[in-house]
Amino acid sequence: MNKSYYASLLPGIVFWAIALLITTIFCWIFTDILWHGIGQLSWEFLTTAPQNAGREGGIFPILVSTLLILAVCMAVAIPIGVGTAVLLAEFSDRESRFGRLVRRSLDILAGVPSIVFGLFGNAFFAKVLGLGFSILSGGLTLACMVLPILIRSTEEGFRAVPREYRLGAAALGLSKTTTIWNILLPAAIPGLVVGFVLGIGRAIAETAALIFTSGYVDRMPESLFDSGRALSIHIFDLSMNVAGGDANAYASALVLMLLLLLINSTAIWIASIWFQHQQT
Amino acid sequence: MILITVFLILEALPVLQQVGIVPFFRDRTWHPAQGSYTIIPMIWGTLFTAIGAVLIATPLGIGSAIFCQYYAPPIIAQLYRRLIEILAGIPSVVYGFWGLVVLVPLIRRLQPPGTSLLAGILILTLMIIPTIALTADASFAKVPPAYLRGAAALGLSKWAMIWGVAIPAAQSGLLTGLILATGRAIGETMAVLMVCGNVVQTPTSLFEPMRTLTANIALEMAYAMGNHRSALFVSGLLLMAMIGVLVAMAEVISQGSIYE
Repeated sequence: MNKSYYASLLPGIVFWAIALLITTIFCWIFTDILWHGIGQLSWEFLTTAPQNAGREGGIFPILVSTLLILAVCMAVAIPIGVGTAVLLAEFSDRESRFGRLVRRSLDILAGVPSIVFGLFGNAFFAKVLGLGFSILSGGLTLACMVLPILIRSTEEGFRAVPREYRLGAAALGLSKTTTIWNILLPAAIPGLVVGFVLGIGRAIAETAALIFTSGYVDRMPESLFDSGRALSIHIFDLSMNVAGGDANAYASALVLMLLLLLINSTAIWIASIWFQHQQT
Repeated sequence: MILITVFLILEALPVLQQVGIVPFFRDRTWHPAQGSYTIIPMIWGTLFTAIGAVLIATPLGIGSAIFCQYYAPPIIAQLYRRLIEILAGIPSVVYGFWGLVVLVPLIRRLQPPGTSLLAGILILTLMIIPTIALTADASFAKVPPAYLRGAAALGLSKWAMIWGVAIPAAQSGLLTGLILATGRAIGETMAVLMVCGNVVQTPTSLFEPMRTLTANIALEMAYAMGNHRSALFVSGLLLMAMIGVLVAMAEVISQGSIYE
């Protein structure tokens, strides 16, 4: 065992150490939130309204607002996103000037900081369109934010459909609309699902863009034009502005992470069922 | 996209017309209500946190990708990849919250006040490691296996193979990942807002509190009026410009890739 033998082991040790370090930190974050949050978590926490600025009580209205914001966001983003993706994948050449232009602006849009989306949403939806601080303007702002991801993965989904499908449809004399609606769209569903999941993940985690668009109010929203507080803003507010709100902030963080995991695994489950269905 | 830029410019215009662009870089202090508009400390804050985070996260992120591709047994590599993906999905507000209740008190024990540049850098590091690791992993996976077999046939050690063959071959992918990560670090709002202390000053040491451009917008937008409001839109424009430059850089780099 000479010196060079040990020297050759060194990189391996370093890389194992790096991996171990990252795993440790991850477990630290996760157990920390689980440990402090699980004590607070109960059915009542999920179904009652916050009291005393959120120090006590639950998060029911906040959950409802979050889901409403998500619903608005997805209801707007999916049609536009799928439409644009169809346009990009089926009606324009990959190398055409138009396609490249759209794709480049999507790339930039995907990199724009969320706070800038917040500024835009505040100026456009809340002020110019007169929606004020409301669930609607929050959802619309988020829709702008998730569009790039949604379009990109749906487009990939369409491009992954084998060429034979299109040729076969053309040979049968189907119109382009029928082809897209009945043949390509079902075949591209996996791409759509992936985009949907990534989009929801990004939307539900978003805080900065919502502060000036959907607002802070923690009451139960009565309509889409009411201001409603999203879960992530609730966590932010409890930990920054409310002294003694840490316990409930932990619980809300846990709920948020569980919600994310739930959405992810449901989507994966749907996709896998759908795959089996297709193969039989 | 165009709509967004147009609106940012429209909203930023009043202050640019009245006081011009110069005061944003020449004024002494940031008191927009009283008409002094310097954003230099915030620009430094953004740059310091982003650069610091990228410097720490790069070796860790690329290291973990190398671990996944070349050192780990397949099962562990798979598990580790899943873990990084979950890490990438954790909401930024959760990172910020964890930083506030765990990291900041730790740093406070080292040197008060705890909410500091260092806390911001560390939290951002955690947040961008997944970005770097996942893109690096993908670009290592794209290195043609023939290169590696050739290197092995020459009798190179594993490390020499990675350092001399795999990393140069994956270079452009690695750089693109780094640029994406920088963009994420610059644009991140909530996490830095929660751990950095938000005092408007150019930090002179790692332990001093500071404020970033994004945090500034998030903090003051709620009550900003008139020129103050437009001044915040100016900083939004500036952020947008930074991202534009980064995306352009990424595009140039990915066009000059050596494999394909």
